[in-house]
Amino acid sequence: MNMRPLIALLSGTIFGAGLTIGGMTDPARVRGFLDLLGDWDPTLAFVMGGALIVMAIAWRFVPGMARPIFEDDFHVPTRNDLTPKLIGGAALFGVGWGIAGLCPGPGFAALAIEPLGAAIFVAAMFGGMGLVRLTER
Amino acid sequence: MMLATFTLPGFPDAAPVDGLIGGGLIGLAAAIMLLGLGRIAGVSGIAAKAAGLGGSGMSRTGAFAFVIGLPLGAFLVMLAGGGGDPSFAGTVPLVIAGVIVGVGTRLGSGCTSGHGVCGMSRLSARSIVATGVFMATGIATVALMNAAGWEVLS
Repeated sequence: MNMRPLIALLSGTIFGAGLTIGGMTDPARVRGFLDLLGDWDPTLAFVMGGALIVMAIAWRFVPGMARPIFEDDFHVPTRNDLTPKLIGGAALFGVGWGIAGLCPGPGFAALAIEPLGAAIFVAAMFGGMGLVRLTER
Repeated sequence: MMLATFTLPGFPDAAPVDGLIGGGLIGLAAAIMLLGLGRIAGVSGIAAKAAGLGGSGMSRTGAFAFVIGLPLGAFLVMLAGGGGDPSFAGTVPLVIAGVIVGVGTRLGSGCTSGHGVCGMSRLSARSIVATGVFMATGIATVALMNAAGWEVLS
């Protein structure tokens, strides 16, 4: 049996649960974190910190593994060039993140919590991704 | 969901314990993706793949499964009494924000998960720079909107 989709589903499910417990599906929490110059809510820093601690440990296992547990090879990004596209894209993303207090993960997770609003955001996001896809063809 | 009532001095609304637990689970999910499937758990790239818009190199089935898991996980937390009752922005700001997030994450090769969690934790220069940039423009955007009196959340 091909375990890979089940592992991906497990990862996504734990990811969605973590986002929700951490308050990231609440745009007010996320915008509260970004409101550094106003009424700051540091919760997102704890979410990020918790995730970074676990992932920093996980990365240490990779060099000693011949291959991932359920796959043939690791596919880890190797680029280290800082391009205008990277920086411009990240800058744009931050603007969108700030406007509605949603990034992609919480947008999908919130489909279970605030279905209409999350669906509007996700549909618009796919539209934006499609625009980039069109220009890259 | 306020698993713990511990609060930060000076920040009565913050939920540091829930944040750490939620963040730890996000890290665990990303670790399963990395050590199990050898991939980065970057939501924007995986979502693009699921929609047939480029993105992650993983299989489309796997990308679908991961994306379906996100609301499933949120639903399970709701069953346990979490998730709260968040207020979202209205349709116009949601559409504007969604399009900008979609364009930005594809051009910038990632979002909060791929760059902020997966890339930063392996000290990728691209991810550290990207995260610093999107945090900065996010902070600037909220500050400008507040200064202009544009309230999007009711």
